[in-house]
Amino acid sequence: MTANVKTITVDRGEGLMEALYLPAILIGLGLTVRHFMRNMFGKRDVVTIQYPEEQRRVSPRYRGRHRLTVREDGFIKCVACYMCEEICPSHCIHIDAGEVPDKSVEKYPVVFDIDELRCVFCGLCVEACPKDAIRMDTGIIALAASHRDSFDYTRDLLKDVYHENEKTKFRSVPLPLTEEEALPESVGRIVR
Amino acid sequence: MDILLHPVTQALIKIAIIVMGFVMALGTVLTLMERKWMSAVQDRIGPNRANVGRFTGHGALHIAADGLKSIFKEDTIPKGVDLLIFGLAPFFGFISAMTVWAVIPFAAPLGPVTFQITDVNIGILLVLALTSLGVYGAVLAGWSSNNKYALLGAARASAQMLSYEIFLGLSLVGLFMVYGSVQVSTLVEQQNTYWFGDVIPKWGMFTQPVALVLFFTAMLAESKRLPFDAPEGESEIIAGYFMEYSGMRWSAFMLAEYITVVGIAALTTTLFLGGYNVPWLHQDGFHLFGGFLPVPAWLVLLLQIGSFITKVVLLCWFIIILRWTVPKFRFDQTMELGWKKLLPVSLANVAVTALVLLAIDTWHL
Repeated sequence: MTANVKTITVDRGEGLMEALYLPAILIGLGLTVRHFMRNMFGKRDVVTIQYPEEQRRVSPRYRGRHRLTVREDGFIKCVACYMCEEICPSHCIHIDAGEVPDKSVEKYPVVFDIDELRCVFCGLCVEACPKDAIRMDTGIIALAASHRDSFDYTRDLLKDVYHENEKTKFRSVPLPLTEEEALPESVGRIVR
Repeated sequence: MDILLHPVTQALIKIAIIVMGFVMALGTVLTLMERKWMSAVQDRIGPNRANVGRFTGHGALHIAADGLKSIFKEDTIPKGVDLLIFGLAPFFGFISAMTVWAVIPFAAPLGPVTFQITDVNIGILLVLALTSLGVYGAVLAGWSSNNKYALLGAARASAQMLSYEIFLGLSLVGLFMVYGSVQVSTLVEQQNTYWFGDVIPKWGMFTQPVALVLFFTAMLAESKRLPFDAPEGESEIIAGYFMEYSGMRWSAFMLAEYITVVGIAALTTTLFLGGYNVPWLHQDGFHLFGGFLPVPAWLVLLLQIGSFITKVVLLCWFIIILRWTVPKFRFDQTMELGWKKLLPVSLANVAVTALVLLAIDTWHL
Protein backbone atom coordinates (compact mmCIF):
# COMPACT_ATOMS: atom_id res chain seq x y z
CA MET A 1 0.00 0.00 0.00
CA THR A 2 1.58 3.22 -1.08
CA ALA A 3 0.81 6.35 0.78
CA ASN A 4 -0.17 9.37 -1.23
CA VAL A 5 2.91 11.47 -0.53
CA LYS A 6 3.18 14.92 -1.96
CA THR A 7 6.52 15.52 -3.68
CA ILE A 8 8.12 18.92 -3.65
CA THR A 9 10.90 19.66 -6.09
CA VAL A 10 13.52 21.70 -4.31
CA ASP A 11 15.72 23.97 -6.37
CA ARG A 12 19.27 23.01 -5.50
CA GLY A 13 20.63 25.70 -7.81
CA GLU A 14 22.03 23.29 -10.37
CA GLY A 15 23.07 24.68 -13.69
CA LEU A 16 25.91 26.51 -15.32
CA MET A 17 26.23 29.28 -12.71
CA GLU A 18 26.49 26.72 -9.93
CA ALA A 19 28.90 24.49 -11.84
CA LEU A 20 31.21 27.45 -12.46
CA TYR A 21 31.82 27.90 -8.69
CA LEU A 22 33.04 31.44 -9.28
CA PRO A 23 29.73 33.32 -8.83
CA ALA A 24 29.12 31.55 -5.54
CA ILE A 25 32.69 32.25 -4.41
CA LEU A 26 32.25 35.93 -5.30
CA ILE A 27 29.04 36.12 -3.25
CA GLY A 28 30.90 34.54 -0.34
CA LEU A 29 33.78 36.95 -0.78
CA GLY A 30 31.31 39.82 -0.66
CA LEU A 31 30.14 38.64 2.76
CA THR A 32 33.60 38.10 4.23
CA VAL A 33 34.97 41.36 2.85
CA ARG A 34 31.98 43.23 4.24
CA HIS A 35 32.66 41.82 7.69
CA PHE A 36 36.38 42.51 7.27
CA MET A 37 35.86 46.15 6.28
CA ARG A 38 33.38 46.79 9.06
CA ASN A 39 35.64 45.32 11.72
CA MET A 40 38.90 46.82 10.44
CA PHE A 41 37.84 50.31 9.40
CA GLY A 42 34.22 50.90 10.26
CA LYS A 43 32.20 50.45 13.39
CA ARG A 44 33.67 47.44 15.11
CA ASP A 45 31.06 44.87 15.85
CA VAL A 46 33.06 42.13 17.52
CA VAL A 47 31.54 39.70 19.96
CA THR A 48 34.78 39.16 21.89
CA ILE A 49 34.82 39.99 25.59
CA GLN A 50 38.34 41.04 26.62
CA TYR A 51 38.19 38.64 29.50
CA PRO A 52 40.24 39.60 32.52
CA GLU A 53 39.57 43.30 32.01
CA GLU A 54 35.99 43.03 30.84
CA GLN A 55 33.80 40.46 32.41
CA ARG A 56 30.56 39.13 31.25
CA ARG A 57 27.77 40.15 33.56
CA VAL A 58 25.85 37.17 34.81
CA SER A 59 22.19 36.89 35.66
CA PRO A 60 21.16 37.53 39.29
CA ARG A 61 20.23 33.88 39.69
CA TYR A 62 23.73 32.72 38.79
CA ARG A 63 25.32 30.78 41.66
CA GLY A 64 28.77 32.28 42.06
CA ARG A 65 31.12 32.43 45.02
CA HIS A 66 29.43 32.64 48.42
CA ARG A 67 29.22 35.70 50.57
CA LEU A 68 28.13 36.17 54.17
CA THR A 69 25.63 38.95 54.61
CA VAL A 70 25.81 41.46 57.48
CA ARG A 71 23.26 43.22 59.65
CA GLU A 72 22.73 46.97 59.52
CA ASP A 73 25.20 47.43 62.38
CA GLY A 74 27.83 45.56 60.36
CA PHE A 75 27.75 42.43 62.49
CA ILE A 76 27.54 39.11 60.67
CA LYS A 77 24.00 37.77 60.23
CA CYS A 78 24.95 34.13 60.70
CA VAL A 79 23.77 32.59 63.96
CA ALA A 80 25.90 29.45 63.64
CA CYS A 81 22.94 27.08 63.46
CA TYR A 82 24.89 24.55 61.40
CA MET A 83 22.01 24.11 58.90
CA CYS A 84 24.22 24.80 55.90
CA GLU A 85 27.04 22.63 57.17
CA GLU A 86 24.50 19.85 57.69
CA ILE A 87 22.91 20.04 54.22
CA CYS A 88 26.12 20.56 52.26
CA PRO A 89 26.52 17.49 50.02
CA SER A 90 30.23 17.97 49.62
CA HIS A 91 31.00 18.79 53.26
CA CYS A 92 32.87 21.94 52.38
CA ILE A 93 31.52 24.21 55.13
CA HIS A 94 33.08 24.22 58.59
CA ILE A 95 31.59 26.27 61.41
CA ASP A 96 32.73 26.78 65.02
CA ALA A 97 30.13 28.58 67.14
CA GLY A 98 30.82 31.21 69.80
CA GLU A 99 28.54 32.94 72.29
CA VAL A 100 27.18 36.49 71.87
CA PRO A 101 26.00 38.54 74.90
CA ASP A 102 23.00 39.69 72.80
CA LYS A 103 20.38 37.16 73.92
CA SER A 104 18.27 37.59 70.76
CA VAL A 105 21.08 36.08 68.70
CA GLU A 106 22.90 33.87 71.21
CA LYS A 107 25.50 32.45 68.80
CA TYR A 108 27.82 33.66 66.05
CA PRO A 109 30.41 31.82 63.96
CA VAL A 110 33.93 32.17 65.34
CA VAL A 111 35.11 30.14 62.36
CA PHE A 112 33.15 29.95 59.11
CA ASP A 113 35.30 28.25 56.47
CA ILE A 114 34.27 27.22 52.99
CA ASP A 115 36.63 25.05 50.98
CA GLU A 116 35.74 26.38 47.55
CA LEU A 117 37.63 23.55 45.88
CA ARG A 118 35.20 21.01 47.32
CA CYS A 119 32.09 23.15 46.78
CA VAL A 120 29.85 21.97 43.96
CA PHE A 121 27.91 25.26 43.80
CA CYS A 122 24.57 23.54 44.32
CA GLY A 123 23.12 26.38 46.37
CA LEU A 124 21.62 24.15 49.07
CA CYS A 125 23.32 26.17 51.83
CA VAL A 126 21.50 29.27 50.59
CA GLU A 127 18.19 27.42 50.60
CA ALA A 128 18.78 25.98 54.06
CA CYS A 129 19.77 29.22 55.81
CA PRO A 130 16.95 30.50 58.05
CA LYS A 131 18.54 33.94 58.47
CA ASP A 132 19.45 34.82 54.84
CA ALA A 133 23.03 34.92 56.06
CA ILE A 134 24.68 33.13 53.16
CA ARG A 135 24.15 34.04 49.53
CA MET A 136 25.76 33.11 46.21
CA ASP A 137 24.89 36.31 44.33
CA THR A 138 28.39 37.81 44.09
CA GLY A 139 28.68 37.23 40.36
CA ILE A 140 32.20 35.85 40.84
CA ILE A 141 32.22 33.10 38.26
CA ALA A 142 35.91 32.30 38.07
CA LEU A 143 38.00 31.51 41.11
CA ALA A 144 41.65 31.22 40.25
CA ALA A 145 44.73 31.05 42.45
CA SER A 146 48.13 29.40 42.38
CA HIS A 147 47.86 27.72 45.80
CA ARG A 148 45.33 25.29 47.16
CA ASP A 149 45.28 27.20 50.43
CA SER A 150 43.90 30.23 48.63
CA PHE A 151 40.61 28.42 48.17
CA ASP A 152 40.00 28.06 51.91
CA TYR A 153 37.74 31.06 52.32
CA THR A 154 37.50 32.23 55.91
CA ARG A 155 34.66 34.14 57.51
CA ASP A 156 36.16 37.57 56.99
CA LEU A 157 37.05 36.90 53.37
CA LEU A 158 33.50 35.76 52.69
CA LYS A 159 32.14 38.87 54.36
CA ASP A 160 34.34 41.21 52.40
CA VAL A 161 33.39 40.53 48.81
CA TYR A 162 33.72 43.57 46.70
CA HIS A 163 37.39 44.41 46.54
CA GLU A 164 39.62 45.71 43.82
CA ASN A 165 42.33 43.60 42.28
CA GLU A 166 45.52 45.33 43.39
CA LYS A 167 47.48 44.35 40.29
CA THR A 168 45.08 45.23 37.51
CA LYS A 169 43.05 47.87 39.37
CA PHE A 170 39.98 46.33 37.85
CA ARG A 171 36.98 45.67 39.93
CA SER A 172 37.12 41.92 40.31
CA VAL A 173 33.39 41.57 40.57
CA PRO A 174 31.03 42.73 37.85
CA LEU A 175 27.66 43.79 39.08
CA PRO A 176 25.00 41.15 38.59
CA LEU A 177 22.45 41.99 35.97
CA THR A 178 18.93 43.01 36.69
CA GLU A 179 16.27 40.67 35.39
CA GLU A 180 15.45 42.95 32.43
CA GLU A 181 19.08 43.24 31.45
CA ALA A 182 19.78 39.55 31.76
CA LEU A 183 17.14 38.19 29.43
CA PRO A 184 17.93 39.85 26.09
CA GLU A 185 21.67 39.27 26.62
CA SER A 186 21.19 35.59 27.17
CA VAL A 187 19.73 34.88 23.74
CA GLY A 188 22.93 36.15 22.08
CA ARG A 189 23.41 38.98 19.71
CA ILE A 190 22.29 38.61 16.12
CA VAL A 191 24.80 40.31 13.87
CA ARG A 192 23.38 42.51 11.11
CA MET B 1 82.46 51.78 -7.14
CA ASP B 2 83.44 49.14 -9.71
CA ILE B 3 83.08 46.35 -7.23
CA LEU B 4 79.59 47.57 -6.39
CA LEU B 5 78.58 47.33 -10.05
CA HIS B 6 80.02 43.85 -10.51
CA PRO B 7 77.14 41.47 -11.33
CA VAL B 8 77.94 39.12 -8.44
CA THR B 9 78.07 41.91 -5.86
CA GLN B 10 74.87 43.36 -7.27
CA ALA B 11 73.14 39.99 -7.11
CA LEU B 12 74.25 39.44 -3.51
CA ILE B 13 73.05 42.89 -2.44
CA LYS B 14 69.74 42.33 -4.18
CA ILE B 15 69.32 38.89 -2.61
CA ALA B 16 69.96 40.37 0.81
CA ILE B 17 67.52 43.25 0.31
CA ILE B 18 64.77 41.34 -1.46
CA VAL B 19 64.87 38.08 0.46
CA MET B 20 65.69 39.29 3.95
CA GLY B 21 64.19 42.76 3.74
CA PHE B 22 61.01 42.02 1.85
CA VAL B 23 60.08 38.37 1.46
CA MET B 24 61.01 37.14 4.94
CA ALA B 25 59.62 40.27 6.54
CA LEU B 26 56.32 40.13 4.68
CA GLY B 27 56.03 36.36 5.25
CA THR B 28 56.57 36.78 8.97
CA VAL B 29 54.14 39.67 9.23
CA LEU B 30 51.57 37.62 7.31
CA THR B 31 51.60 34.94 10.02
CA LEU B 32 50.16 37.56 12.35
CA MET B 33 48.05 39.35 9.76
CA GLU B 34 46.36 36.10 8.80
CA ARG B 35 45.17 35.71 12.37
CA LYS B 36 44.14 39.36 12.68
CA TRP B 37 42.34 39.44 9.33
CA MET B 38 40.63 36.12 9.91
CA SER B 39 39.29 37.38 13.20
CA ALA B 40 38.00 40.53 11.52
CA VAL B 41 36.12 38.33 9.07
CA GLN B 42 34.74 36.28 11.94
CA ASP B 43 33.75 39.28 14.11
CA ARG B 44 36.51 38.66 16.63
CA ILE B 45 39.48 40.74 17.77
CA GLY B 46 42.35 38.33 17.32
CA PRO B 47 45.68 38.09 19.13
CA ASN B 48 46.40 41.19 21.24
CA ARG B 49 47.87 39.84 24.48
CA ALA B 50 51.65 39.56 23.98
CA ASN B 51 53.15 42.53 25.74
CA VAL B 52 56.32 44.17 26.99
CA GLY B 53 55.22 46.15 30.01
CA ARG B 54 52.16 48.00 28.83
CA PHE B 55 53.10 47.94 25.13
CA THR B 56 51.23 45.43 22.99
CA GLY B 57 51.23 47.14 19.58
CA HIS B 58 47.78 45.71 18.83
CA GLY B 59 49.24 42.21 18.79
CA ALA B 60 52.40 43.01 16.81
CA LEU B 61 54.53 41.46 19.55
CA HIS B 62 52.95 38.09 18.84
CA ILE B 63 55.37 37.74 15.94
CA ALA B 64 58.30 37.86 18.37
CA ALA B 65 56.45 35.74 20.90
CA ASP B 66 55.74 33.04 18.34
CA GLY B 67 59.33 33.00 17.17
CA LEU B 68 60.73 32.79 20.68
CA LYS B 69 58.25 30.13 21.64
CA SER B 70 59.08 27.85 18.75
CA ILE B 71 62.82 28.27 19.28
CA PHE B 72 62.62 27.24 22.92
CA LYS B 73 60.07 24.52 22.42
CA GLU B 74 61.16 20.92 22.70
CA ASP B 75 61.96 19.44 19.31
CA THR B 76 60.37 16.02 19.53
CA ILE B 77 61.72 13.40 17.14
CA PRO B 78 59.62 10.25 17.10
CA LYS B 79 60.99 6.73 17.08
CA GLY B 80 61.83 5.15 13.73
CA VAL B 81 62.29 8.44 11.90
CA ASP B 82 64.73 8.73 9.00
CA LEU B 83 66.76 11.45 10.67
CA LEU B 84 68.57 12.91 7.68
CA ILE B 85 65.47 13.30 5.52
CA PHE B 86 63.31 14.31 8.49
CA GLY B 87 65.74 17.13 9.20
CA LEU B 88 66.11 18.25 5.60
CA ALA B 89 62.45 18.11 4.53
CA PRO B 90 61.31 21.42 6.08
CA PHE B 91 63.86 23.30 4.02
CA PHE B 92 62.82 21.94 0.63
CA GLY B 93 59.53 23.78 0.72
CA PHE B 94 61.34 26.82 2.06
CA ILE B 95 63.96 26.84 -0.69
CA SER B 96 61.49 26.32 -3.53
CA ALA B 97 59.32 29.14 -2.19
CA MET B 98 62.33 31.45 -1.94
CA THR B 99 63.96 30.81 -5.31
CA VAL B 100 60.89 32.16 -7.14
CA TRP B 101 62.16 35.60 -6.20
CA ALA B 102 65.25 35.16 -8.37
CA VAL B 103 63.38 36.40 -11.44
CA ILE B 104 60.79 38.81 -10.03
CA PRO B 105 61.48 42.42 -11.11
CA PHE B 106 60.70 45.19 -8.62
CA ALA B 107 61.11 48.08 -11.03
CA ALA B 108 62.27 48.86 -14.54
CA PRO B 109 66.07 48.83 -14.97
CA LEU B 110 67.72 52.18 -14.34
CA GLY B 111 70.93 52.48 -16.34
CA PRO B 112 73.23 49.59 -15.39
CA VAL B 113 71.22 48.75 -12.27
CA THR B 114 68.39 46.22 -12.61
CA PHE B 115 65.88 45.69 -9.86
CA GLN B 116 65.70 41.97 -10.38
CA ILE B 117 68.15 39.42 -8.98
CA THR B 118 68.73 37.74 -12.34
CA ASP B 119 66.97 38.08 -15.67
CA VAL B 120 67.44 34.56 -17.08
CA ASN B 121 66.08 34.07 -20.56
CA ILE B 122 64.03 31.00 -19.59
CA GLY B 123 62.36 33.16 -16.90
CA ILE B 124 58.98 31.72 -16.04
CA LEU B 125 60.03 28.18 -16.99
CA LEU B 126 62.66 28.39 -14.26
CA VAL B 127 59.94 29.44 -11.82
CA LEU B 128 57.75 26.51 -12.84
CA ALA B 129 60.68 24.12 -12.38
CA LEU B 130 61.53 25.51 -8.96
CA THR B 131 57.98 25.57 -7.62
CA SER B 132 57.57 21.95 -8.64
CA LEU B 133 60.48 21.15 -6.32
CA GLY B 134 58.21 22.19 -3.45
CA VAL B 135 56.45 18.84 -3.61
CA TYR B 136 59.63 17.20 -2.28
CA GLY B 137 59.26 19.03 1.01
CA ALA B 138 55.82 17.54 1.60
CA VAL B 139 56.61 14.07 0.27
CA LEU B 140 59.89 13.63 2.11
CA ALA B 141 58.43 14.98 5.36
CA GLY B 142 55.55 12.53 5.22
CA TRP B 143 57.73 9.65 4.08
CA SER B 144 60.38 10.03 6.76
CA SER B 145 57.99 10.63 9.68
CA ASN B 146 57.18 6.95 10.30
CA ASN B 147 53.51 7.77 10.67
CA LYS B 148 50.57 6.61 8.60
CA TYR B 149 48.71 9.91 8.73
CA ALA B 150 51.83 11.72 7.61
CA LEU B 151 52.27 9.26 4.77
CA LEU B 152 48.65 9.72 3.70
CA GLY B 153 49.15 13.48 3.74
CA ALA B 154 52.30 13.14 1.67
CA ALA B 155 50.51 10.92 -0.84
CA ARG B 156 47.71 13.47 -1.16
CA ALA B 157 50.16 16.35 -1.41
CA SER B 158 52.17 14.70 -4.18
CA ALA B 159 49.07 13.73 -6.18
CA GLN B 160 47.54 17.18 -5.83
CA MET B 161 50.65 19.18 -6.56
CA LEU B 162 51.65 17.09 -9.56
CA SER B 163 48.15 17.28 -11.07
CA TYR B 164 47.80 21.01 -10.64
CA GLU B 165 51.27 21.62 -12.02
CA ILE B 166 50.09 20.45 -15.43
CA PHE B 167 47.64 23.23 -16.01
CA LEU B 168 49.71 25.65 -14.01
CA GLY B 169 52.08 25.39 -16.95
CA LEU B 170 49.31 25.17 -19.55
CA SER B 171 47.52 28.26 -18.25
CA LEU B 172 50.65 30.31 -18.94
CA VAL B 173 51.07 29.12 -22.52
CA GLY B 174 48.43 31.58 -23.71
CA LEU B 175 50.30 34.36 -21.93
CA PHE B 176 53.56 33.38 -23.60
CA MET B 177 51.83 33.46 -26.98
CA VAL B 178 50.38 36.92 -26.39
CA TYR B 179 53.63 38.48 -25.21
CA GLY B 180 55.92 36.29 -27.29
CA SER B 181 58.45 35.62 -24.55
CA VAL B 182 59.09 33.65 -21.37
CA GLN B 183 61.64 36.16 -20.12
CA VAL B 184 60.20 37.99 -17.15
CA SER B 185 61.55 41.44 -17.99
CA THR B 186 60.05 41.24 -21.48
CA LEU B 187 56.74 39.99 -20.13
CA VAL B 188 56.50 42.93 -17.76
CA GLU B 189 57.59 45.52 -20.34
CA GLN B 190 55.04 44.13 -22.80
CA GLN B 191 52.34 44.70 -20.22
CA ASN B 192 53.06 48.43 -20.35
CA THR B 193 51.73 48.66 -23.92
CA TYR B 194 48.18 49.84 -24.50
CA TRP B 195 45.00 49.14 -26.41
CA PHE B 196 42.63 51.67 -27.95
CA GLY B 197 45.09 54.53 -28.08
CA ASP B 198 46.76 54.49 -24.66
CA VAL B 199 43.69 53.70 -22.57
CA ILE B 200 43.50 50.05 -21.50
CA PRO B 201 46.86 48.58 -20.47
CA LYS B 202 47.65 45.17 -21.93
CA TRP B 203 47.96 43.57 -18.52
CA GLY B 204 47.72 39.80 -18.28
CA MET B 205 44.36 40.08 -16.53
CA PHE B 206 42.88 41.82 -19.59
CA THR B 207 44.57 39.81 -22.32
CA GLN B 208 44.20 36.43 -20.60
CA PRO B 209 41.41 36.62 -18.00
CA VAL B 210 40.73 32.88 -18.03
CA ALA B 211 44.40 32.14 -17.56
CA LEU B 212 44.42 34.40 -14.51
CA VAL B 213 41.71 32.32 -12.81
CA LEU B 214 43.40 29.06 -13.81
CA PHE B 215 46.85 30.17 -12.75
CA PHE B 216 45.64 31.54 -9.45
CA THR B 217 43.70 28.35 -8.68
CA ALA B 218 46.66 26.17 -9.57
CA MET B 219 48.99 28.26 -7.44
CA LEU B 220 46.61 28.04 -4.48
CA ALA B 221 46.59 24.27 -4.88
CA GLU B 222 50.40 24.30 -5.02
CA SER B 223 50.51 26.19 -1.75
CA LYS B 224 48.10 23.67 -0.15
CA ARG B 225 46.01 26.45 1.32
CA LEU B 226 42.40 26.28 2.22
CA PRO B 227 40.21 25.43 -0.72
CA PHE B 228 42.81 22.78 -1.48
CA ASP B 229 44.12 21.82 1.94
CA ALA B 230 43.25 18.12 1.74
CA PRO B 231 46.97 17.21 2.22
CA GLU B 232 46.85 18.88 5.63
CA GLY B 233 43.24 17.96 6.34
CA GLU B 234 43.03 18.72 10.08
CA SER B 235 39.69 16.97 10.38
CA GLU B 236 40.71 13.67 8.85
CA ILE B 237 44.50 13.22 8.84
CA ILE B 238 45.33 15.62 11.70
CA ALA B 239 47.97 17.78 10.03
CA GLY B 240 49.00 15.53 7.19
CA TYR B 241 52.60 15.38 6.15
CA PHE B 242 54.05 17.57 8.92
CA MET B 243 52.13 16.17 11.88
CA GLU B 244 55.25 14.71 13.55
CA TYR B 245 57.13 17.99 13.44
CA SER B 246 57.41 20.28 16.43
CA GLY B 247 59.23 23.40 17.53
CA MET B 248 61.29 25.31 15.01
CA ARG B 249 61.02 22.63 12.31
CA TRP B 250 57.26 22.96 12.39
CA SER B 251 57.63 26.73 12.21
CA ALA B 252 59.75 26.28 9.10
CA PHE B 253 56.77 24.58 7.42
CA MET B 254 54.43 27.35 8.50
CA LEU B 255 56.80 30.09 7.42
CA ALA B 256 57.33 28.33 4.09
CA GLU B 257 53.57 28.40 3.60
CA TYR B 258 53.43 32.16 4.10
CA ILE B 259 56.46 32.73 1.91
CA THR B 260 54.68 30.68 -0.74
CA VAL B 261 51.71 33.02 -0.35
CA VAL B 262 53.96 36.02 -0.94
CA GLY B 263 55.49 34.16 -3.90
CA ILE B 264 52.07 33.48 -5.42
CA ALA B 265 51.15 37.12 -5.01
CA ALA B 266 54.40 38.23 -6.63
CA LEU B 267 54.06 35.84 -9.58
CA THR B 268 50.42 36.76 -10.18
CA THR B 269 51.35 40.43 -10.00
CA THR B 270 54.23 40.02 -12.41
CA LEU B 271 52.35 37.93 -14.94
CA PHE B 272 48.80 39.24 -14.75
CA LEU B 273 48.65 42.55 -12.90
CA GLY B 274 51.30 44.34 -14.94
CA GLY B 275 54.18 43.68 -12.55
CA TYR B 276 55.69 46.91 -11.33
CA ASN B 277 53.87 48.98 -13.96
CA VAL B 278 51.72 51.89 -12.87
CA PRO B 279 48.95 52.39 -15.45
CA TRP B 280 49.95 54.96 -18.11
CA LEU B 281 53.33 55.58 -16.46
CA HIS B 282 56.24 55.22 -18.89
CA GLN B 283 59.91 55.78 -18.17
CA ASP B 284 59.58 59.54 -18.79
CA GLY B 285 56.13 60.19 -17.30
CA PHE B 286 52.40 59.68 -17.64
CA HIS B 287 50.86 59.36 -21.11
CA LEU B 288 47.07 59.44 -21.26
CA PHE B 289 44.68 60.61 -24.01
CA GLY B 290 47.58 62.25 -25.79
CA GLY B 291 48.38 64.31 -22.71
CA PHE B 292 51.81 64.06 -21.10
CA LEU B 293 52.94 64.67 -17.54
CA PRO B 294 56.70 64.41 -17.08
CA VAL B 295 57.90 62.59 -13.97
CA PRO B 296 61.55 62.54 -12.80
CA ALA B 297 63.34 59.18 -13.05
CA TRP B 298 63.72 58.70 -9.29
CA LEU B 299 59.99 59.23 -8.77
CA VAL B 300 59.20 56.74 -11.54
CA LEU B 301 61.41 54.22 -9.74
CA LEU B 302 59.71 54.83 -6.40
CA LEU B 303 56.25 54.66 -7.99
CA GLN B 304 57.11 51.37 -9.65
CA ILE B 305 58.47 49.77 -6.48
CA GLY B 306 55.49 51.12 -4.55
CA SER B 307 53.02 49.81 -7.09
CA PHE B 308 54.65 46.37 -7.08
CA ILE B 309 54.61 46.13 -3.28
CA THR B 310 51.04 47.43 -3.09
CA LYS B 311 49.84 44.86 -5.60
CA VAL B 312 51.66 42.05 -3.78
CA VAL B 313 50.26 43.03 -0.39
CA LEU B 314 46.74 43.38 -1.76
CA LEU B 315 46.98 39.94 -3.35
CA CYS B 316 48.30 38.45 -0.10
CA TRP B 317 45.27 39.96 1.59
CA PHE B 318 43.02 38.48 -1.08
CA ILE B 319 44.55 35.01 -0.71
CA ILE B 320 44.04 35.13 3.04
CA ILE B 321 40.46 36.40 2.81
CA LEU B 322 39.78 33.69 0.24
CA ARG B 323 40.90 31.09 2.78
CA TRP B 324 38.23 32.28 5.21
CA THR B 325 35.57 32.36 2.51
CA VAL B 326 35.77 29.13 0.60
CA PRO B 327 35.03 25.77 2.20
CA LYS B 328 37.50 22.98 1.70
CA PHE B 329 37.32 20.59 -1.24
CA ARG B 330 37.25 16.88 -0.45
CA PHE B 331 40.32 15.18 -1.89
CA ASP B 332 38.44 13.45 -4.73
CA GLN B 333 36.74 16.77 -5.53
CA THR B 334 40.14 18.44 -5.73
CA MET B 335 41.30 15.87 -8.27
CA GLU B 336 38.05 16.01 -10.20
CA LEU B 337 38.17 19.79 -10.41
CA GLY B 338 41.73 19.62 -11.64
CA TRP B 339 41.53 16.87 -14.23
CA LYS B 340 37.93 17.08 -15.45
CA LYS B 341 37.30 20.81 -15.36
CA LEU B 342 40.39 22.98 -15.16
CA LEU B 343 42.57 20.92 -17.53
CA PRO B 344 40.05 21.04 -20.43
CA VAL B 345 39.47 24.73 -19.79
CA SER B 346 43.19 25.48 -19.89
CA LEU B 347 43.59 23.50 -23.13
CA ALA B 348 40.65 25.37 -24.65
CA ASN B 349 42.19 28.64 -23.51
CA VAL B 350 45.41 27.80 -25.37
CA ALA B 351 43.46 26.87 -28.52
CA VAL B 352 41.26 29.97 -28.46
CA THR B 353 44.21 32.25 -27.81
CA ALA B 354 46.08 30.70 -30.71
CA LEU B 355 43.10 31.17 -33.04
CA VAL B 356 42.57 34.77 -31.99
CA LEU B 357 46.26 35.57 -32.42
CA LEU B 358 46.21 33.91 -35.84
CA ALA B 359 43.14 35.92 -36.84
CA ILE B 360 44.81 39.15 -35.71
CA ASP B 361 47.94 38.24 -37.66
CA THR B 362 46.09 37.23 -40.81
CA TRP B 363 43.64 40.10 -41.11
CA HIS B 364 45.75 42.71 -39.30
CA LEU B 365 42.97 43.51 -36.84
